[in-house]
Amino acid sequence: MKIEEIQEELISEFAMFDDWVERYEYMISLGKTLPLIDENLKTEDKLIKGCQSKVWLNSEMNNGKVHFTADSDAIITKGIIAILIRAFSNQKPQDIINANTAFIDEIGLKEHLSPTRANGLVSMIKQMKLYAVAYQSQLNS
Amino acid sequence: MPFNIQKIRKDFPILKRKVNGYPLVYLDNAATSQKPQQVIDCIVDYYSNYNANIHRGVHTLSQEATDAYEISRQKIQKHFNAKNPFEIIFTSGTTHGINLVAQGFSEFLKEGDEIIVSAMEHHSNIVPWQMLCERTGAILNVIPMSEQGILVFSEYEKMLSEKTKLVFVNHISNALGTINPIKKIIEKAHEVDAAVLIDGAQSCSHIKPDLQALDVDFYVTSAHKMCGPTGVGILYMKEKWGNKLPPYQGGGEMIAEVTFEKTTYAGLPHKFEAGTPNICGGIAFGAAIDYLNEVGFQNIEKHENELLAYATSELLKIEGLKIYGTGPDKTSVVSFNIEGIHPYDIGTIVDKMGIAVRTGHHCAQPIMDFYKIPGTVRASFAFYNTIEEVDILVNAVKKAKMMLS
Repeated sequence: MKIEEIQEELISEFAMFDDWVERYEYMISLGKTLPLIDENLKTEDKLIKGCQSKVWLNSEMNNGKVHFTADSDAIITKGIIAILIRAFSNQKPQDIINANTAFIDEIGLKEHLSPTRANGLVSMIKQMKLYAVAYQSQLNS
Repeated sequence: MPFNIQKIRKDFPILKRKVNGYPLVYLDNAATSQKPQQVIDCIVDYYSNYNANIHRGVHTLSQEATDAYEISRQKIQKHFNAKNPFEIIFTSGTTHGINLVAQGFSEFLKEGDEIIVSAMEHHSNIVPWQMLCERTGAILNVIPMSEQGILVFSEYEKMLSEKTKLVFVNHISNALGTINPIKKIIEKAHEVDAAVLIDGAQSCSHIKPDLQALDVDFYVTSAHKMCGPTGVGILYMKEKWGNKLPPYQGGGEMIAEVTFEKTTYAGLPHKFEAGTPNICGGIAFGAAIDYLNEVGFQNIEKHENELLAYATSELLKIEGLKIYGTGPDKTSVVSFNIEGIHPYDIGTIVDKMGIAVRTGHHCAQPIMDFYKIPGTVRASFAFYNTIEEVDILVNAVKKAKMMLS
């Protein structure tokens, strides 16, 4: 599936819930489906800066597509990173670079987009795009 | 004046706000306090009626602004019972005051001299001293704390010697709420002729320190924790230190005479107040002090103690909840975690219910390292909070726990 299609799917899933409690509960449940980072890879260089909770993010390139794994010590953060991974993992680097992130707003998690927010959603997106840029430059060279 | 919580709450316009569809429950008072209408009016009045630069102009507005600013300094002097108004130096806040003293002391310290700080300091009371030690070769010693979050006084006594030049302790810990025995700390330091700086950022909204009775050398605080505006605070320094310490910054206002050969400095407090100060802030700080005194510090203490006792007992009924900072002398701060749940998650969920608490390390990472935790959830109460708001918090935390575990 393309990134836009996955994002549309996420938007319609979250639209099924009437209030924030249900939306957060769903986000927490998505966190439990997160493709977990290998314990050995939970090193300082995989940590994303700017989060109050710890977030480790790893990426690998297989057959021209970027695969992300991650983990966090906070459950809500885990849910957020799971949503991002669902949208951006198994995609071509160029598609990740070009991807729009407005869907975060549409699924009702707008408050997490503010750069002062301590969960570092913005930093997570930035880090995923940085990995994609690095892989794209490998492909170009 | 009798304490009427509903009347007091009407003084704070922000308390009528809704957040995420719920009435605001503001429990982040240790970070900053809300402002009563009286202080807001004072700010509007200044800019509407007598905004002018001070201490120089002969025109009427400048005179009025200068008078208001200096009257505010006297109010602050009386409030803290400093001996002289010129011992009160206006700063941009607590951090500025600490840096001013640290900078000044770099001229007096030599290699091998010792500085003592406590294990429960805010980063702003650790970093300037580390920088001072790097500049001078002085050694930084740390008073340890117990599991309860109380300083180990006997260890402090052992650290003191003729090498000790400075002792820096906060009056109240921002992360734990512990009230430190500063009178005893100051007395002991003076026995070895060490100077003492007390960081009062967390204390002055709860208690009224008597600076002469404490016999403290330096005391710093910020207006914004005391219902005043941000960007202004005070550094109290005993007259003898005011004369001894070199100026911190050069500029207008702090000089007596300037030629290209030599400048002579102005007397206290202007020597330390280079440049145009936060005039409006200084005046509004005075209005905030008037307001707090009108409410009455005895009333404030009594009400906040009730909130603390109730919040502590209700929160502890939640299974797996642990409070950090459990000493007998503390202010209305409850720092806690629930077993197996990240403080950030709890903070996020309760915010969705309109409750403002702080999560994280509270700029006191050494304390978090001591307890081996990433941070805590901190609810800090002010005199305008209510028992009903404690109930709202406790229910929200219970709900968060259900959602998160």
